[in-house]
Amino acid sequence: MKKGLRNWRLFSLFGMMALLLTGCGKPFLSTLQPAGEVADMQYSLMLLSTSIMVLVIVVVAIIFVYVVIRFRRRKGEENKIPKQVEGSHKLEIIWTVIPIILLLILAVPTVLTTFKLADVKAMNDKDRDKKGTVVVNVRANLYWWEFEYPDYGIITSQDLVVPTNEKVYFNLIASDVKHSFWIPAVGGKMDTNTDNKNQFWLVFDQKATDKAGGVFYGKCAELCGPSHALMDFKVRPLPRDQFDAWVKKMQNAKKPVVTDPVAKQGEAIFNKSCIGCHAVTPLDKRPEQARTAPNLANFGDRERIAGILEHNEENLKKWLRDPESVKPGNKMTGTYGKLTEEQIDALAKYLMSLKVE
Amino acid sequence: MSTIARKKGVGAVLWDYLTTVDHKKIAHLYLIAGGIFFLLGGLEALFIRIQLAKPNNDFLVGGLYNEVLTMHGTTMIFLAAMPLLFAFMNAVIPLQIGARDVAFPFLNALGFWMFFFGGLFLNCSWFLGGAPDAGWTSYASLSLESKAHHGIDFYTLGLQISGFGTIMGAINFLVTIINMRAPGMTFMRMPMFTWATFVTSALILFAFPPLTVGLIFMMMDRLFGGNFFNPAAGGNTIIWEHLFWVFGHPEVYILILPSFGIFSEIFATFSRKRLFGYSSMVFATVLIAFLGFMVWAHHMFTVGMGPIANAIFAVATMTIAVPTGVKIFNWLFTMWGGSIKFTTPMHYAVAFIPSFVMGGVTGVMLSAAAADYQYHDSYFVVAHFHYVIVGGVVFALLAGTHYWWPKMFGRMLNETLGKITFWLFFIGFHLTFFIQHFLGLTGMPRRVFTYLPNQGWETGNFVSTVGAFFMAIATVILLINIVITTVKGEKVPGDAWGDGRTLEWAIASPPPVYNFAQTPLVRGLDAFWLEKMEGKKELTPAEPLGDIHMPNSSFLPFVIAFGLFVAAFGFTYHNDAGWGLPVGILGLLITLGSMFLRSVIDDHGFHIHKEEVLELEKKGANA
Repeated sequence: MKKGLRNWRLFSLFGMMALLLTGCGKPFLSTLQPAGEVADMQYSLMLLSTSIMVLVIVVVAIIFVYVVIRFRRRKGEENKIPKQVEGSHKLEIIWTVIPIILLLILAVPTVLTTFKLADVKAMNDKDRDKKGTVVVNVRANLYWWEFEYPDYGIITSQDLVVPTNEKVYFNLIASDVKHSFWIPAVGGKMDTNTDNKNQFWLVFDQKATDKAGGVFYGKCAELCGPSHALMDFKVRPLPRDQFDAWVKKMQNAKKPVVTDPVAKQGEAIFNKSCIGCHAVTPLDKRPEQARTAPNLANFGDRERIAGILEHNEENLKKWLRDPESVKPGNKMTGTYGKLTEEQIDALAKYLMSLKVE
Repeated sequence: MSTIARKKGVGAVLWDYLTTVDHKKIAHLYLIAGGIFFLLGGLEALFIRIQLAKPNNDFLVGGLYNEVLTMHGTTMIFLAAMPLLFAFMNAVIPLQIGARDVAFPFLNALGFWMFFFGGLFLNCSWFLGGAPDAGWTSYASLSLESKAHHGIDFYTLGLQISGFGTIMGAINFLVTIINMRAPGMTFMRMPMFTWATFVTSALILFAFPPLTVGLIFMMMDRLFGGNFFNPAAGGNTIIWEHLFWVFGHPEVYILILPSFGIFSEIFATFSRKRLFGYSSMVFATVLIAFLGFMVWAHHMFTVGMGPIANAIFAVATMTIAVPTGVKIFNWLFTMWGGSIKFTTPMHYAVAFIPSFVMGGVTGVMLSAAAADYQYHDSYFVVAHFHYVIVGGVVFALLAGTHYWWPKMFGRMLNETLGKITFWLFFIGFHLTFFIQHFLGLTGMPRRVFTYLPNQGWETGNFVSTVGAFFMAIATVILLINIVITTVKGEKVPGDAWGDGRTLEWAIASPPPVYNFAQTPLVRGLDAFWLEKMEGKKELTPAEPLGDIHMPNSSFLPFVIAFGLFVAAFGFTYHNDAGWGLPVGILGLLITLGSMFLRSVIDDHGFHIHKEEVLELEKKGANA
């Protein structure tokens, strides 16, 4: 067992090293760097439960190490018959009662937090101040996200824009299969079901946003098909006044005005092949069943192409040429026929010019 | 007669195994089939880890990755872990309670062949378009959307067939343990593994029907125009999640309770002490099983059930930690004051404690609903359940393999190779899964086929992949060990480890076909140990030596299961091809026809005469 112990130490050393290397993750993505009230509450609950559990592990480990070293069969003890002990009521009561107490310590804050996080009264209040409480309708689709601001009458996709330092409320639903809406740094996830609407709230902290570089990563957390891994979105929290300005710009963004001749060509192609699914105005009035593809009104301002590729013209062309190679199983493949390189160039130029900011 | 060992040709041996109803041979069948599926599931795991070794890898992309991931989970749970546990139950339970066989030997064989053909059917999907790709949980909206191939149909039909087999096995063990205990073996004198099997069987009996209902609904929706999970037609997809987890959570205990039982035997044997707090162990087992049915919705905290349901299920889940903790301390105190011999099985048992405690405490962390919103469907959960299932169940399977191998096959597995396997597996296991807690906490969702660079996940994933290879090498060494042992392992006496406590160690290794020449009299817990302590070499018989009544072998269980296998193919393709429906009906006819034959043919079995028994006993004693 001496050898065994050495191996143990080696292993824990290895674990520690790996831990150090990983650290606490990236500020824009890690639950260990909470960036808002919800994530904070959850983080405290994690810390509390972890410390209770470490206590348990330490107690078990001490008894374990002692027993395994002290009571091993040594040379000359081959015929030793230890005393056959039936049990001990005293000990058994101790290790029943102490865990119960520990669990109570964990259960109370768990229940309180669970209720607090589920409090969405404000968003369902009919007399609420529509400008004061931001509500976002999140609709998850096979590999893209739609964000509708019902109070402002605007729709955007892939990049969620929210005000900082206040509660933002969400209505969550999926239009095809079940997905799950998760912004790890900002707070725990909630599923987007196909059957019913879920509601919850998050707070995006301004300081944490600055630390994260202005953008948080959002993920789909429920297996939804071949491109589940690629169903990312980005969150851009803005101070309230900037958020209001953004909303105003979105509301005023009418039909895109294209001047560049190549982009104009692109617009013609777009209007022939793409407009059936993609809208280019944030004021899309169609019902959600008709909105079968991401709204592209502010495509030029986006963080990523197709949610995952770096935002540049080259990647956009790659995506337009063969979406399947970027996101297997996506719904755009094969819906717009074959485009020539020239057409793709024009289309890319046009799409990149779609900006509201 | 089939089992009286003589030199036989390969064909005869094969026929023997195809028709056997002997619990010891059925145990071999479960061990072999479960072992093969375990290797298959392990290979799939390795593929998963290779794909995730670096960001943007293209080894297994998109849909194919999802197929491998689904089959890894489904295979490991339904086709590897459970059958391997069934192998040990079959090999050991009748011996531990002093019985000649299980209560329904024919049903026992039928159960095995159902599991086997169900598993075979499921794996046929690889060659027929594609495997199921909606995860082992097969959530309804995604399953119904998966229309490119018949993968999900192979899942629903394959699991229904193998599920029938599992329920049969469970009923069989319940009846066996209730009715066939040797004289003197009261319930509170049963070995812990027998208790665990008893409680597990009850769990299966209540947990599998909800799964079957869910699978039938899913089958109806996909193959026969049903709308159970179609919201547009008044169906509901959340119902699938409830049905699945009402089964799925007890399933965890179906796996872990027998594992606890195996470890309880090993701790007592190699500490040379009776199990500490036996009655509290029994009580804890029953309590865990009971609570296991009350907590399923903790898998669904993020579904949107509301704070009341979430809070109730959170607290209910936490309570399971109490009886589990009781067990951990009882094992520690079984070793306390004992004389611990570090054999290979004991290595696994000892390593199980810290490993399983790790999995247990993350379980409690997950039960805190509000915090679970962060953990749910992230790699933290992947780490948690692998700590429980590998650190608990797989360790138990490996421990049980080394512990009972001499009893099952009469030869001892090589201890040195066994310990090498252990260390490689142990290190590889922690290397693979420990780091995954942190991958999850730093935002990595589970079931992703790839990840982009610069999200802080590169190192963790690479370490994890390296660990997986350690486990793979360990498994290869175990296989080499098995081959070497089979060819030239040392033969062992009945009490192979020298410290045996329960009845199985009181008879020859491997046991004769009738197990006990005379049913033993049980005078307390650890019956064999008690006799040894009084200086006796054998058990006191409870009956005079006489003719022994044995069941006949039968090919019908194979045919009944085969019929369902054929039928499943027919119904899978009945919408695509004209031959589908006739083949489906033909399959059902094969099954029903052979069931009819079984009902009308009188089979009274045969007797092994007293003289023959005496001769066999003499041979066994000399061996």
